[in-house]
Amino acid sequence: MRLERRTHTSTKLVLTAPVVAIFVSLSISGILIILAGVNPFLAYLEILKGAFGSKLAITETLTRACPLILTGLAASVAFKARLWNIGGEGQFYIGALVAAAIGNNLLIGIPILLAMVLVMISSMIAGAILLAGPAFLRLRFGIDEVVTTLLLNFIIILFVGLMIEGPLKDPFAFGWPQSVPVDRSLRFSDLIPSSRLHNGFLIAVFAALIIWTIITKTSFGLKARATGLSPKAAAFSGISLTKTIMIVALISGALAGLAGAIEVMGVTGYVTTTLSPGFGYAGIVVAMLAALHPGGVIISAVFIASIFIGADAMSRATGVPSFIADVIMSLSLLAMLIAIFFTNYRIKK
Amino acid sequence: MIEALEILTNASLWSAVLRIATPLIFGVLGALLCERAGVLNLAIEGIMTMGAMIGWLAVYLGADLWTGLAIAAASGAALGLLHAFLTVSLSLSQHVSGLGITLFASSLAYFVYRLVVTVGSLPPSIEPFQPIKIPLLSKLPFIGEIFFSQMGPTYLAIIAVLIMIYVLNRTPLGLAIRMTGENPHAVEAQGLNPIVIRIVAIVVGSALMALGGSFLTTAAFNSFFPEMVQGRGWICIALVIFASWQPGKAFFGAILFSFFDAYQLRLQHVVEDVPYQLFLMAPYVLSIIALILVSRRAKVPEALMAPYRRGER
Repeated sequence: MRLERRTHTSTKLVLTAPVVAIFVSLSISGILIILAGVNPFLAYLEILKGAFGSKLAITETLTRACPLILTGLAASVAFKARLWNIGGEGQFYIGALVAAAIGNNLLIGIPILLAMVLVMISSMIAGAILLAGPAFLRLRFGIDEVVTTLLLNFIIILFVGLMIEGPLKDPFAFGWPQSVPVDRSLRFSDLIPSSRLHNGFLIAVFAALIIWTIITKTSFGLKARATGLSPKAAAFSGISLTKTIMIVALISGALAGLAGAIEVMGVTGYVTTTLSPGFGYAGIVVAMLAALHPGGVIISAVFIASIFIGADAMSRATGVPSFIADVIMSLSLLAMLIAIFFTNYRIKK
Repeated sequence: MIEALEILTNASLWSAVLRIATPLIFGVLGALLCERAGVLNLAIEGIMTMGAMIGWLAVYLGADLWTGLAIAAASGAALGLLHAFLTVSLSLSQHVSGLGITLFASSLAYFVYRLVVTVGSLPPSIEPFQPIKIPLLSKLPFIGEIFFSQMGPTYLAIIAVLIMIYVLNRTPLGLAIRMTGENPHAVEAQGLNPIVIRIVAIVVGSALMALGGSFLTTAAFNSFFPEMVQGRGWICIALVIFASWQPGKAFFGAILFSFFDAYQLRLQHVVEDVPYQLFLMAPYVLSIIALILVSRRAKVPEALMAPYRRGER
């Protein structure tokens, strides 16, 4: 097989890439569903029903998509500048923990809207600092940020465990290890009545809009993209790589930290060590499926969320292990990688 | 304080060090082999998870322990082939491909495990490896218990280190692998195919990683449960850097690391009033500190993470 670089990549081709990737992923996962003794078409119908079949299902899917939009944005901003932030999980948790710590009783007496903003900003700062460390280590010592951000995920989750069994333990939780709750007044109100979907979802969508503006309309966005495309050329044209990568790191970490804050303020109200079913890692897939486009992130976050919500319902109905959702997600990522490749290359006749 | 020091004179601590080090030794050798050929293999965490599950499953379904290990290694090789296809044949991002395969391999492992063992039931166990007492030598005081009363795969790991040192540093094959990691164009000029060398290195390296994973379920414990690899793969990636890509140093890195791990486990019982999470954090914190300490003198293979395409510069 010989490959040649395409001279021109059409928008249509780029848009078909995720569709093809998801189709391939569902086909391969279908084989696994057959192995589980279930008709894959039936299983996928159940997933679809579970994710979009009722008002409740749709709101659950969007509730799940909310943190994924933010961790997806975190990954896409970083990856655009080729900063490999795999620490979304840790940044999510530190954001959640800070939200619970600050939002518990430190802000009493401050107007509610201002207090909510302060909680979110605190979580964003926490997430940003957590990624600033690995970014600094890479810029100063050349240490691969993939390894440090991954290791930090484990450290932070243990740290969360330590805090919620120690200083931040909820004394009224009957001995369960969970953090003190965020004050009732600081919780997001429902976006759709009698559902779990909260106003934090609007913030996530708004964040995507802001990131899209920064990436496409500002000179900083141009610098970040240039740094990702070719660091050498970017440096040669006078862009400070250190400064650009550091700012990208702060934005990316802040987004993942915000995801943690919004999940606590919108859904649970408190932090446990099982708060995230891998939102940070799933964010990487969300970003890749969207080809790192901030608008696309919203769509791919809803897709990934629907797979997980739908698979839970499907698993209850058919007995196929719900881990099939993780398989579909990871296969979509791998298929997307290959699909993107073929938008840039073609097989030589 | 005295108690904390007394632990050090206990042979069972040092015996545990070698046992804890075994999966890391396999993993670090595998990661090192891939990187010496120029490819970062972040699929390691997933490959170790798959190895742990498949090794356990094979034995659970009736295979003997060594066959279980062989099947685990084969599963690792298959996943390695996938990583090789994506990163070498298609020259896609080694970071993203590796992470993608980690997500895929762990979710596939959990899925298959759940097909066999349903939710809510206790993890079924197998009869794991037993220590092999080497005649005479295992009777030696202190060192007998440490070095000559280990389980089969631990001896295999030590042999693998020696083979890796010999092959990489003393054979034409090793030279070809190292050169592929430094300058694949020079390899091509020698009439060798750097693409084939990279693919083979990744496949063999990934098989070693899976062996490391399978040790967890067939020797260290006797059952499989999700999340059991616990970042050991990432620690191996850190250890390779710590060892400046030298297999001998990587072995000592794994031992040093496992010493801290075994020591903190025992220290937890002696030192009270310190939250246990601080002890559990230590391995990950140490890995980061180690990376900072060696960063100045780290000698990275020149062509690590640089894709190679024929006729393209």
